[in-house]
Amino acid sequence: MRSLSGKEFTLINKLMRFFVTALMLAAGTAGASLTIEIVGAGANQIPVAIVPFRAEEGLAQRITPVVAADLARSGLFKTVDPGGMNPVPHEPEQLNYAQWRARGAEAVVIGSVTKAPDGRYDIRFRVMDAVKQTQIAGFVYFATENQLRLTAHKIADVIYEKLTGDTGVFATRIAYVVKRGPRYELHVADADGYGAQSVLSSNEPIISPAWSPDGTRLAYVSFEQKKPIVYVQSLTTGGRRAVAAFRGSNSAPAWSPDGRRLAVTLTRDGNSQLYLINADGSDSPVRLTQSAAIDTEANFAPDGQSILFTSDRGGGPQIYRVSASGGAAQRITFEGSYNVSPRHSPDGKSFTFIQRNNGRFNVAVQDFATRQVQVLTDGGIDESPSFAPNSKVILYATQVGGRGILAAVSSDGRIKQRLTADVGDAREPAWSPVVNK
Amino acid sequence: MKRLLLAAMALAILAACSSTPTKEQDGAAVEDRSGATAAQQPAKPPAATGPTATPLGSTGVGGNPLKDPSNILSKRSVFFELDSNIVKDEFKPLVSAHARYLQQNRAMKMTIQGNADERGSREYNLALGQRRADAVKQMMQLLGAQSEQIETVSFGEEKPRAAGHDEASWAENRRADIVYPND
Repeated sequence: MRSLSGKEFTLINKLMRFFVTALMLAAGTAGASLTIEIVGAGANQIPVAIVPFRAEEGLAQRITPVVAADLARSGLFKTVDPGGMNPVPHEPEQLNYAQWRARGAEAVVIGSVTKAPDGRYDIRFRVMDAVKQTQIAGFVYFATENQLRLTAHKIADVIYEKLTGDTGVFATRIAYVVKRGPRYELHVADADGYGAQSVLSSNEPIISPAWSPDGTRLAYVSFEQKKPIVYVQSLTTGGRRAVAAFRGSNSAPAWSPDGRRLAVTLTRDGNSQLYLINADGSDSPVRLTQSAAIDTEANFAPDGQSILFTSDRGGGPQIYRVSASGGAAQRITFEGSYNVSPRHSPDGKSFTFIQRNNGRFNVAVQDFATRQVQVLTDGGIDESPSFAPNSKVILYATQVGGRGILAAVSSDGRIKQRLTADVGDAREPAWSPVVNK
Repeated sequence: MKRLLLAAMALAILAACSSTPTKEQDGAAVEDRSGATAAQQPAKPPAATGPTATPLGSTGVGGNPLKDPSNILSKRSVFFELDSNIVKDEFKPLVSAHARYLQQNRAMKMTIQGNADERGSREYNLALGQRRADAVKQMMQLLGAQSEQIETVSFGEEKPRAAGHDEASWAENRRADIVYPND
């Protein structure tokens, strides 16, 4: 396995530079952050010891506390106390496996940090199997001081992937809207809520942010022109463009998997219908649905072949599927009288949505193959569910004590987290794709 | 055409039944015409056919009927029942008055902003608000307004007038608002 390439870091650098120079960057948001609280845990937690890396004490950002927090937050790991070992192991030959097994550890993470001649840090680590006494994984990363935290997330991703078999999503980002008094801000933060930055600030509402498949652009709906208009904003340059600003309302952007098109809801011809537009706003919209009802909230299947959407053509709102080239739509939700906001799981096997039961709105998942529905939350005022790129976690918006917060639930419903913005109401979350892999 | 005539007759009846005197509406529409067209398109003569000699409304001397509190045209909000886009009878005089105003001021344009209460999906609520705005527009078209004069947009649940989380607030927020360019 290899270290990060320079190109990958360049992208991050560009992102960081954008945050500093963005035209509409709101002042004083540098300290904005989300606090994460875990509720519930996985049935089987993997016991793992994370030994502080050699020479990390002097770093502006220590590595192993971030790794340990990531793993603990997932609910799938139990961190084993690494203290009191003499010597503190940093290399495989320094490991006394029997002692680690006695502490209950199934895996031990060891590593070291060295300053390279070019000023960057050489961060190397190994995941060791305490039972088999073999190396599970070993990586070297080169990182500048600004990249230490991202590097820690990448290390957590490797550990997660090797020990659970699923893709780690710690080195990803989330976008969400914060409302503070009369101000609306579109924020982008690390998946652990750290380092939130405002990328758009407005006195009018902002809703429905959606990440481009390459993670470099956000589509969203802004009401700054006193009506809903769909914009696409580059996170690398900060430049943005109105891509759907037709007569009437323009909303609900959804990216095609190739990142070239958006499905949007337009009312230019009358009622709310689905259309396809180019993501750069060129050419005329192509109408996708033809109903006399509301058709909205499109979401592309990962293979790009079909689209889920909400329609009340049968009376109440239900979820339907239509080919990405149009044609007849097929209803796919049948339980309950109000099913909205469908989003595919990235593995294509299921979709999440909001279901109303007895006046309460909860996050549910329906399996495509079995059509089985599982209601995952009981908050009662949940909305805007969005899958993590590994299909294992669903991020959504809810309210606690009258305040808007973000929450996450594992797709089996066992593990729940709350993400609270330090000020204001957080809402409209969207999880970025995995980039830099 | 017959349908339009029927609609016009219905409008006349509605106007006659409404609490606002018909005369005042006529006067208001005329007196505003000059001001409104001046603001909108100064070069274009008003298309309305109403006689300029129509008496002024009792309270609207020299004022803008759209802003005159005693004129029905100053009333701008149509409220809806839950999950409904049916314009209730009590709001028909209001809708009729604005339709007539557009009919008599062909250069005038209007935006109807639909709104929804906070419960459920933001995007679906955006579409519900749109449907309410469209329902008001359709009624105005039947009463003589032109489609080009009216743009319908929706704020969904995003701009609630009442901030509470109870039925009284929700009812206040299930609404379509009529907005003119100089409001």
